[in-house]
Amino acid sequence: MIPAAFDYVAPTSVADALAALAEHGDDAKVLAGGQSLIPILRMRLNTPETVVDLGRIEELRGIREDGDAIVIGAMTPYADVLGSDLVREHLGLLYKAVAEVADPQIRRRGTIGGALVHADPAGDVGAPALALGAEFVITGQGGERTVPAEEFFRDLFETAVEDGELLTAVRFPRHTGWGSHYEKFVRVAHQWSIVAVAAAVRVEGGTIAEARVGLTNMGATPLRAKAVEEALVGKELTEDAVAEACAAAAEGTRPPTDLNGDSDYRRHLATVLTRRAVLAAAGG
Amino acid sequence: MTVADETTAQAEIGRPRRRKEDARLITGRTKWTDNLQLAGMLHIACVRSPFAHATITAIDVEEAKQAPNVVAVLTGQDVKDIQGSLPNAWPIVADQKAPPHPAIAVDRVAFAGEVVAVVIARTPRAARDAAELVDVDYDELPAVLDLKKAAADEVIAHPDLGTNISAHFELHSHEIGTGGNVEDAIRDAEVVFEREYRQQRLIPAFMEPRSVVVDPTGEQFVMWSSTQVPHILRLMLALTLGVPESKLRIIAPDVGGGFGGKLQVTPEEVITFLAARHTGRPVKWTETRSESLLAAHHGRDQWQRLTLAAKKDGTMLGLKVELLADMGAYLGLVTSGVPILGANMFNAIYKIPSYTFICDNVFTNKTWTDAYRGAGRPEATFAIERLVSDFAAHIGMDPMEVRKKNWIAHEEFPYATVSGLEYDSGNYEAATARAEEMFGYAALREEQRRRREAGEKVLLGIGISTFTEACGLAPSRALGEANYGAGGWEHASIRMLPTGKIEVVTGSSAHGQGHETAWSQLVADKLGVPFEDVEVLHGDTQIAPRGMDTYGSRSLVVGGSAVLKAAQKVIEKAKPLAAHLLEANVDDIEFDKGQFTVKGTDTGVGIGDLALATFAAHNLPDMMEPSLDAEATFDPINLSFPHGTHLALVEVDTETGKVALTKYVAVDDIGNAVNPLIAEGQVHGGLVQGISQALWEEAVYDDEGTLVTGSFVDYTLPTAADTISFETDRTVTPATTNEMGAKGVGEAGTIASTPAIVNAVVDAVRHLGIDDIRMPLTPERVWKAIQSAGQEQQAATPATQQPHFGDAPNQDTPETDAAVSGAEVGGPDSMSPDTTPGDGAER
Ligand SMILES: Cc1cc2nc3c(=O)[nH]c(=O)nc-3n(C[C@H](O)[C@H](O)[C@H](O)COP(=O)(O)OP(=O)(O)OC[C@H]3O[C@@H](n4cnc5c(N)ncnc54)[C@H](O)[C@@H]3O)c2cc1C
Repeated sequence: MIPAAFDYVAPTSVADALAALAEHGDDAKVLAGGQSLIPILRMRLNTPETVVDLGRIEELRGIREDGDAIVIGAMTPYADVLGSDLVREHLGLLYKAVAEVADPQIRRRGTIGGALVHADPAGDVGAPALALGAEFVITGQGGERTVPAEEFFRDLFETAVEDGELLTAVRFPRHTGWGSHYEKFVRVAHQWSIVAVAAAVRVEGGTIAEARVGLTNMGATPLRAKAVEEALVGKELTEDAVAEACAAAAEGTRPPTDLNGDSDYRRHLATVLTRRAVLAAAGG
Repeated sequence: MTVADETTAQAEIGRPRRRKEDARLITGRTKWTDNLQLAGMLHIACVRSPFAHATITAIDVEEAKQAPNVVAVLTGQDVKDIQGSLPNAWPIVADQKAPPHPAIAVDRVAFAGEVVAVVIARTPRAARDAAELVDVDYDELPAVLDLKKAAADEVIAHPDLGTNISAHFELHSHEIGTGGNVEDAIRDAEVVFEREYRQQRLIPAFMEPRSVVVDPTGEQFVMWSSTQVPHILRLMLALTLGVPESKLRIIAPDVGGGFGGKLQVTPEEVITFLAARHTGRPVKWTETRSESLLAAHHGRDQWQRLTLAAKKDGTMLGLKVELLADMGAYLGLVTSGVPILGANMFNAIYKIPSYTFICDNVFTNKTWTDAYRGAGRPEATFAIERLVSDFAAHIGMDPMEVRKKNWIAHEEFPYATVSGLEYDSGNYEAATARAEEMFGYAALREEQRRRREAGEKVLLGIGISTFTEACGLAPSRALGEANYGAGGWEHASIRMLPTGKIEVVTGSSAHGQGHETAWSQLVADKLGVPFEDVEVLHGDTQIAPRGMDTYGSRSLVVGGSAVLKAAQKVIEKAKPLAAHLLEANVDDIEFDKGQFTVKGTDTGVGIGDLALATFAAHNLPDMMEPSLDAEATFDPINLSFPHGTHLALVEVDTETGKVALTKYVAVDDIGNAVNPLIAEGQVHGGLVQGISQALWEEAVYDDEGTLVTGSFVDYTLPTAADTISFETDRTVTPATTNEMGAKGVGEAGTIASTPAIVNAVVDAVRHLGIDDIRMPLTPERVWKAIQSAGQEQQAATPATQQPHFGDAPNQDTPETDAAVSGAEVGGPDSMSPDTTPGDGAER
């Protein structure tokens, strides 16, 4: 379909972008890779008066080291994440999850920041960001603030980024030497996750020393399976021990019911997929 | 000469040529309808009903009319006296009931997606913007959505009809004299085996969305349409609108797929025509993908109840088929005939002494259905191939053995079937033997057993489909007997150009099949000219004035035959000229490889030289008209009956219910192949489409009659990433009803593969007590079937005391089956509140 008419601005700095947002207020919408926003506009589910395109802001793009963290600019496309040695080496889980997003065309245009702010519960970067304890750098006219992952995802399609603010970067603590796996369950390859599990584990001498487990599409926001993480610590790397620790993966979740499965089925899937993800993470 | 000789040295026929149309189609550097830009062209946006059934109480178009760049707004009231009723060409019974089928609804809508108003504007965006301003008031009426409930007439889709039953059709072998009375067979049988299967609703998701441009040039209207059927469209538009046929020129430029979905005369074609006539300007309508999913016709959607009478040793004695077929809200071009195309095919390759087919065509308040790749035959093939496998399990026989016991042996051809067809040729033994050899059947059965015994979580299943089908829709007389509104012939002409080049004009209307290549190969061999010298023209009623178009795997066997017939006429016409120039007796002239020679000599003249001589016309025999051109119309004496044996291997992950296809062997017998590469392509594409019905696709409506699978996010089509490399081969039993010995191949893969997959999945879990899972076999359905089978087994009689699986509580009664409830009643209402998409929630 054809979007309703809108004005278009393409600032070249964060400051200008913030000024544009301030000027247009509620009637403005930020455009990143457009892979979620453009379909929304085309179906006229949203009809902003002004679209503020972040595509020309160089400072929002790129991946760099900063002490213990790897910092990824909000406008960094998935494809650049996949091409980054830093990510591969220190953020294996993110790498594996991003590799599962949609298809190559969408990964070329879609951005890490856009995906995280869009906050679709079936999106594939939220759970790893949560599991890896990412920090979100949010910039407004009043300056910059940093929000931990637990506080970033508020509800369905709702994050800590307020009107008039931009997500500018995401800081991921390095997880060098961790094993990781993203277990995505879909019916057809290009589909959004029905359920997915992001797992990172640090194995020491055959036992699990630390574990991080994030769940995709098991509720209104990405979830962290803390009970599973705790149960895994100190466990020997056997199928039975891991299965036991993962049995509670779905506890307390309220997954959706849709054409791909009802919430009971999703709870069951989460349990199976968590076990598989952890075992795969520990194995590789 | 038989052109089917695949061994001739440089023969074109049998050569796996790449298609000459590929470069332009693959790069998109061609004329799709939507690419057309005409000076002063206007654009259409449709306003569609959000309700499944409602009275239109008022439409306010004033604001839309005032919007910038809007030229006109049309409602049903504006066009009710001129729009006619969209055609149904197949009244299957004399008392068939159908509501008028308006292009724009006048005072009532009968499905969500029906057009209620049309905005015509100078740009597509202006049209869309103004469409949002059209204000329609509706009074909702009760809608009937469930096929079984509709058949019970509790709620009526079209109150004026008083019933939802459009037609009741019966065929009994004892009445048409082809067999006994099935009720006798059922009464006397040792085993009576009953099953009910569901054909879910599908959407023919062609790659190029539909598009129409109409140019009212002076007296004549030129319509470009992304259609499979320019000739039928021309005739039907003339009849529907009362415009002289001679004033209509229809052009189907390159068309990006159809699968039956463009075998239609659409509301939007009529609307675009009316808009062009109303404004006197060229008008374009191109649908969005959402519109396509919502309002282009859907396919399949049947309940199928089968009763098999048999002996304990597996011998089939009688088959009774009872269908409910969902028409949706209206009858389209052949909507009513689709289930009837399966009437003669449930008996398939089997010798069954008695047969009954009963079908109720039923209206619901959903998008109307019509032909979708295979139309009627996939439904029939699915049901019989599922039934035979289930029956084999029921009597404890190997599913392949039951087939072998009952199929028509190759020496029994030609074979008159119990449903009234005559199969001209076939060799089921050969195709099956080859498939078994390629598949490694015995070793895989062993591995299947090993996994079960080891208690592994990923189980193997083997699925069989020994299908046949009837295609090449023809002959005309038989279609007439079936009350079909048209004939089954095809037309072709050949134009011999002075330079020796040849133009072939065909009434077939390719939309991705590769006719230009195949027809060139036919003519190159027949007339002995280089492939490159042949040009194929089609898809424009002014260039190819007569035709029956492309559907039902008919183009090669019918259209190709017409081309050969025309070419033969060229040869016959040229012979007297050759004799004249060679100063020989015409009876002594022989034609071979492009050369006319005098018998027993080496004096000769080439066909190209004769074309030039005819052009010059300086020295022709007395009375000869200066032309070698010829035209021909071919009406076959019978359908063609491709068959094959397909074997599928799947892995079922019992922990998640996920099915993975791991091996697929398809051995098809399509007779002689003119271009084996094209044939193979048709098989591959067909397989994916059939597999997709088994595993992925379903059009789902919510309780309000809103299409839930309204985008490709929810209507899950596969991509290359979801398929595997198929192992294909062919056995060759030539058809006897056309010169090429060819049979249709366009639908075979789709028809064969669906039951192969479902049989494989059921085979993997049958030992758990599961005998059916409804399509598509989503992981959730498979997992729930496994879960509930376990529970039932615990509660019910021990398996050893159960005489038959079929007697155990059945998996296939979906209304009570936990395995399917989630998806069937899915959609907004059953979603937990926090997943209902709000602003910006659309993926
Ligand atoms: C066919 C298809 C399949 C897909 N499959 C998957 C999949 O399998 N898994 C998956 O995870 N995703 C999938 N996606 C979504 C894809 O990952 C999107 O790219 C992503 O959700 C949004 O990123 P974007 O850069 O395109 O953002 P946009 O669409 O441009 O923006 C998304 C939203 O975020 C806001 N926004 C963007 N950037 C910022 C910022 N820096 N600050 C504040 N607000 C901002 C926008 O205003 C908008 O509301 C799919 C998309 C498509 C079209």
